[in-house]
This record gives sequence, structure tokens and C-alpha cells, in this order.
Amino acid sequence: MTASVTELKVTAEDHDVAWLTTAAVGLSLVDAAIPSPLPGVKPGLANIVILIVLLRYGWGTAVWVSILRVLAGSLLLGQFLAPGFFLALSGALLSLAVLGLGRFLPGRWFGPVSLSILAAFAHIGGQLLLARLWLIPHDGVFLLAPIFGLAALVFGTINGLIAAKLLAEHPVQETASHVHNC
Amino acid sequence: MRWLALFRPGDWLVILICGGLVGVSFPLLWQGGFAERAIVRQAGQIFADLDLRTPRQIEVAGPLGNTLIAVETGRARVVSDPSPRQYCVRQGWLMHPGDIAICAPNQVSLQITGRTRRYDSLSY
Repeated sequence: MTASVTELKVTAEDHDVAWLTTAAVGLSLVDAAIPSPLPGVKPGLANIVILIVLLRYGWGTAVWVSILRVLAGSLLLGQFLAPGFFLALSGALLSLAVLGLGRFLPGRWFGPVSLSILAAFAHIGGQLLLARLWLIPHDGVFLLAPIFGLAALVFGTINGLIAAKLLAEHPVQETASHVHNC
Repeated sequence: MRWLALFRPGDWLVILICGGLVGVSFPLLWQGGFAERAIVRQAGQIFADLDLRTPRQIEVAGPLGNTLIAVETGRARVVSDPSPRQYCVRQGWLMHPGDIAICAPNQVSLQITGRTRRYDSLSY
């Protein structure tokens, strides 16, 4: 067998990112399978993974996992480049931006639950904004905002609690020396 | 109780603030919808039905003189009116569906309407 010309160096962190993305994509599929009373009201289970990545590996890795999750998830669901894909992407980007700022909150006072709620609101905010600018150019879309806000609060709290529990049950291992250097 | 231990003090604050925002947003957005049109009446007849998305000014002639009405995006007001007490002018900007400014002496009224019509009066 001929040796490959290009040699890709795969680091341990690449493996971690791949596994975490797989988990996030899997949870996106679970999300899509849950029946929803209103398009857009979803538990957003994949955000549990994003939160854990943010707090364990840093913001840069969280951006990777989140965007790969949106890409792979939309490909698997046949939504790639459909309006739903752009809505998901705008929500993910805005929530990453908010998480980027939110990680500077004092950790003693604001835990994963706060970050999760803020990210959930940013998610819904990004989607509503894109929907208003592009899909439904009428202020009527904002009439759905209270329902989306309520869903963001409830699911944001639950996801944050799950992330906090998982983080508490799996303390940082000694081998994970690359923590917080992203 | 184990789950409660996962909350940090600031988390409660975030929940409280976000819950407050959501609570306020329901009545704010769901009562009467958004201001969409301004209806100008002169002597009880509809003089103009204006879209609140396009800023403009119109003058309405009444028995005392001209009433000047200004429309901006999402709001409208009576700018000037010959009425002696200036009630309709002093009402300022009208921006919620159902808001109305009546310049009775000059027989001009300016009303904001939205997607849904709230009742002004009911009788049977």
C-alpha cells in the first residue's frame, strides 16, 4: 500500500471534538424526533454538549462542536441549506457569541444554568431575527416571542441542570491538560 | 434536593430576570397586536387610512382650520390643531392599537388600529 502523501496529524483533542460532536449530532436527531406543538419549540438537547465543551475545553472548541453539529445534523435530516438550516445556524452563532461573553461571568455566582438560559434566549433571538429579516418580513413573527421565551427559560434551565450534573459527576481528569487553553 | 444544589446564586437571578421578561412580553405583545394603521376621521367620515410603516404628514381641514397629523414608523400624533384646549395635541404620540386622539372642536380624530380590533364599546 502506498503511503499517503498528505499526513494528517490527529491530536487527542481532535478525537475529543469528534466524539463530542457525535454526541451533539445524536442529540440533535433526538430533538428532531420529539414532536413539538410549535415549530421552533424544541428542547435543544445538543446544547447540553455545547455547554460541557465550553466549560471543559473552552470557547474555541465549543464553536467547532456547535457549527459541526449544525452542519452534520442538517445533512442527516435533509435540511442542509434549507431555511431550517439557516435558522439553526443563526441561533447557534448568536448563542455562541453570548456564551463567549457569558464565560467571563464570575463562576462562583453564575453556573452552567445561567449560561444555558442565556444561550437558549440567544438561540431563539437569533432565529427570530433571521425569520423577521428574511423569511417573514413582518413584525407579526414577534408575536411568537413570548412562547419561545418561555420555552427557552424552561428548556434552558433543564439543559443547564443536566450539564451541571454531568460536569459534577465527571470531574476533570489529570490527563486533560489542555483544559482552558483554547 | 440534589438538583437544587446545582444552582448557583446568580442562576436564580438569571431565572428571575428572564422569567420577568417573558411575563411582561405576554401582555405587551398579545393585547391588540401591533399598531399597523392610523385612521383619520373628519366629521365622522374616514378622511385617510394611513400605513404606519411610511412616515408622512397630512393636513385635515375642519370648521376651525387645519389639523396637522404626523405619521412615523409605528406611531402617529396630532402635531397642531386649532382647538382651544389642545387636548389631542397634548396626547402626544399614539403607538398602541386602540389609542385615539380626538380634536372635538375641529371634528377630527386620529385612531391607531392593529391586527385585532379591541372593543371601544359594547351594547345590545
